[in-house]
Amino acid sequence: MAIKPGYFPAFFRRFSLILAFLLPAGLLCAADPDNDTLRASSSHVEKVAGKEGKFNAGELILDHIGDSHEWHIAGQGEHTVAIPLPVILYSKRGLSIFLSSHLEDGSKGFKFEKKADGTHKMIALDASGNEDEEVSASIYDLSITKNVLAIFVTMGLMLWVFLSAANAYKRAPGKAPKGLQSFIEPLIIFVRDDIAKSAIGEKKYMRYLPFLLTVFFFIWFSNMLGLIPFFPFGANVTGNIAVALTLAVIVFVITTLSGNANYWKHIVAMPGVPVGVLVLLTPIEIIGIFLKPFVLMIRLFANILAGHIIALSFFCLIFIFAEMNTGLGLGVSVLSIAFTVFMGMLELLVAFLQAYVFTLLAAMYFGSATEEHAHAEHH
Amino acid sequence: MELVKPSIGLLFWMLVSFGIIFWILKKFAWKPILTMLKAREDSITEALSAAEKAKKEMEALQSNNEKLLAEARNQRDIMLKEAREIKEQIIGEAKGAAQKEADKLIKSARENIQSEKNAAIAEMKNQVASLSIEIAEKILKEELSSSEKQKTLVKTLLNDVNLN
Repeated sequence: MAIKPGYFPAFFRRFSLILAFLLPAGLLCAADPDNDTLRASSSHVEKVAGKEGKFNAGELILDHIGDSHEWHIAGQGEHTVAIPLPVILYSKRGLSIFLSSHLEDGSKGFKFEKKADGTHKMIALDASGNEDEEVSASIYDLSITKNVLAIFVTMGLMLWVFLSAANAYKRAPGKAPKGLQSFIEPLIIFVRDDIAKSAIGEKKYMRYLPFLLTVFFFIWFSNMLGLIPFFPFGANVTGNIAVALTLAVIVFVITTLSGNANYWKHIVAMPGVPVGVLVLLTPIEIIGIFLKPFVLMIRLFANILAGHIIALSFFCLIFIFAEMNTGLGLGVSVLSIAFTVFMGMLELLVAFLQAYVFTLLAAMYFGSATEEHAHAEHH
Repeated sequence: MELVKPSIGLLFWMLVSFGIIFWILKKFAWKPILTMLKAREDSITEALSAAEKAKKEMEALQSNNEKLLAEARNQRDIMLKEAREIKEQIIGEAKGAAQKEADKLIKSARENIQSEKNAAIAEMKNQVASLSIEIAEKILKEELSSSEKQKTLVKTLLNDVNLN
């Protein structure tokens, strides 16, 4: 196949134009100290680099998406800028509260140690600097970690948004919404009409609406703030299993407590089903009680986690290629940034979608628990 | 495996802070916002139905008005017609009366004229009679002024008698 003269140069010119636009952006992003990619804990990067002398993308990503006792902002090694967060430990020694900067040298008698299998563990040190295993086993780590702080930030934002909106409603009752109010009002109406009312029913939805609204906006705000890659945002809150678990457990508790006779009858002995089938069906239904919130947790946790991992992976590609050849790294950075921007757009959608799906499913569970009419004849 | 191992601290803080924010938002945000939204929606629905009602009333009023208008128009037409009839009647009556009067006047005038004429004729007759007598007298006087003439007359008269 003969290439037409002039075709290749034209293509090349266009491509180089794109490169000219993207490269500085890529360089800026790569050099930006706030960048996600660089936000691994400093000691960790040193360790990784020191031990193997090579960039370890897997550990870096895991380090970012995991929780941390300090909030790393920029730099590494000697030049690390990180905000130490309060460590709160309850153990046999009683309540110990200190800043996380004391964790590294163990000056307060506790150390956050990395074990051989890659997991971390809070250990207590005795006077001679060795692990005091008896105390270590009794530690409850209630520290204000990076994720806890991110939760506080999210909730602070929620309080500001909704309390000021509520004030706006009180100031001008019956008037058309303005500003912040008109931004959240469609969402509140969406949750009320399309989630609560449709899934629970006209009669009982008001009982569950405050919870559904809180859950919806907490997940959505957390997801959105998690996409902003600088302090005090960008933490992987809803992609943390503890957060997803808490929300799922609350949904489970509410569902179980509000279950009426009809709900339990359908679980224990589905009306209109022969006894032989019930032997099979009842265990499945009982497992279902727990499976539903479990799936709720996994879906939220895995979706958000995956988003963070993908964004970070694209950035790590830059460094992996840069290790082979600096030019290659720069070239890949263009692609990486383009993909990250694309993923960012997708994550904006996912952030809303996951909040919606979680809230909708929770509402449907509440709806099935409070369903009144006995529809035995349908089975 | 740390990823799928929930940490106790995060669980604790999440539960506590979620509980607190749920309570605060429920009390100070969702309740007023939802109440206001409901109130506003209700008032909008009410206003819409009131507007609909007013529209219907308006329509009813309009058709009523039209009916009244038509009735009034009818009434007016009837009244106009009646007035015209009365007018014609009055005019007719007046005309009749006037005619009668005129006839009467003419008749009496005519009678007057007749009687005057009769009187005048009678007078004229008298005058003519007296004039004629005077004239005859004068003529007689003239005719009989001489004896010759008297003879001639006697003769003529006699001739006439002969003839008869």
